[in-house]
Amino acid sequence: MKFGLLVSEGPYTHQASDTAYQFVVAALAKGHEIQRVFFYHDGVNNATRLTEPPQDDRHVVNRWSALATEHKVDLVVCVAAALRRGIKEEVLAPGFRISGLGQLVDSGIKADRLVTFGD
Amino acid sequence: MSEQQATPAVGPKVKKFMFVNRKAPYGTIYALESLEVVLITATFDQDVSLVFMDDGVYELVKGQQTKGIGIKNFSPSYRALDGYDVEKLYVDQDSLAQRGLTEKDLLVPVEVLDAQQMGQLMQQQDVILSF
Repeated sequence: MKFGLLVSEGPYTHQASDTAYQFVVAALAKGHEIQRVFFYHDGVNNATRLTEPPQDDRHVVNRWSALATEHKVDLVVCVAAALRRGIKEEVLAPGFRISGLGQLVDSGIKADRLVTFGD
Repeated sequence: MSEQQATPAVGPKVKKFMFVNRKAPYGTIYALESLEVVLITATFDQDVSLVFMDDGVYELVKGQQTKGIGIKNFSPSYRALDGYDVEKLYVDQDSLAQRGLTEKDLLVPVEVLDAQQMGQLMQQQDVILSF
């Protein structure tokens, strides 16, 4: 099955990004396709390369970047939501790209299921 | 396979998108950013409907005064939805009643549905985004 994901919450404060990540890993392991992961609301904060979590904790941002590198998962950050929150090209972690809300609608159209991670 | 071949190409498929608005208009950004997604989706020629339930019904209340909290009153944008061909607005009956509101308190025409009708409507959708 072809999945699109929407992540609506930032890292660490909320479980949404962790669960979305685990969903992607599990779906890929089962042979499903991840059409795109779209980051909206505070979810855009998953895309900054400036985070430095304690060493004994998971690195949420780097984990996403690794998915993009290893599995070519398309990680898209909403431009309007990103600019509001100070997320710009110059702070993007590897594998993320900034684009418009149209990319979320496109996921809704092209994916078999669009799954939301947030409240 | 054979089924696919028998079906002629008829252009891009129109999907049914439903946006479920559950939060008060101010206090968090969800309502405002939900509206931004709705307006974009409308430009993709999809079948768009909006649902307002729980505190989301406050998004449509007339006479919002936001000067005191220093945040822009974005409620006039709901009136503009009509211009984007977004005309299917549904409001949960119980959510209105629980907050002492009626249709007359709302700034746009809506269809009030009970929980069962709302459930049926949701079942018909291809994509449901909840904010």
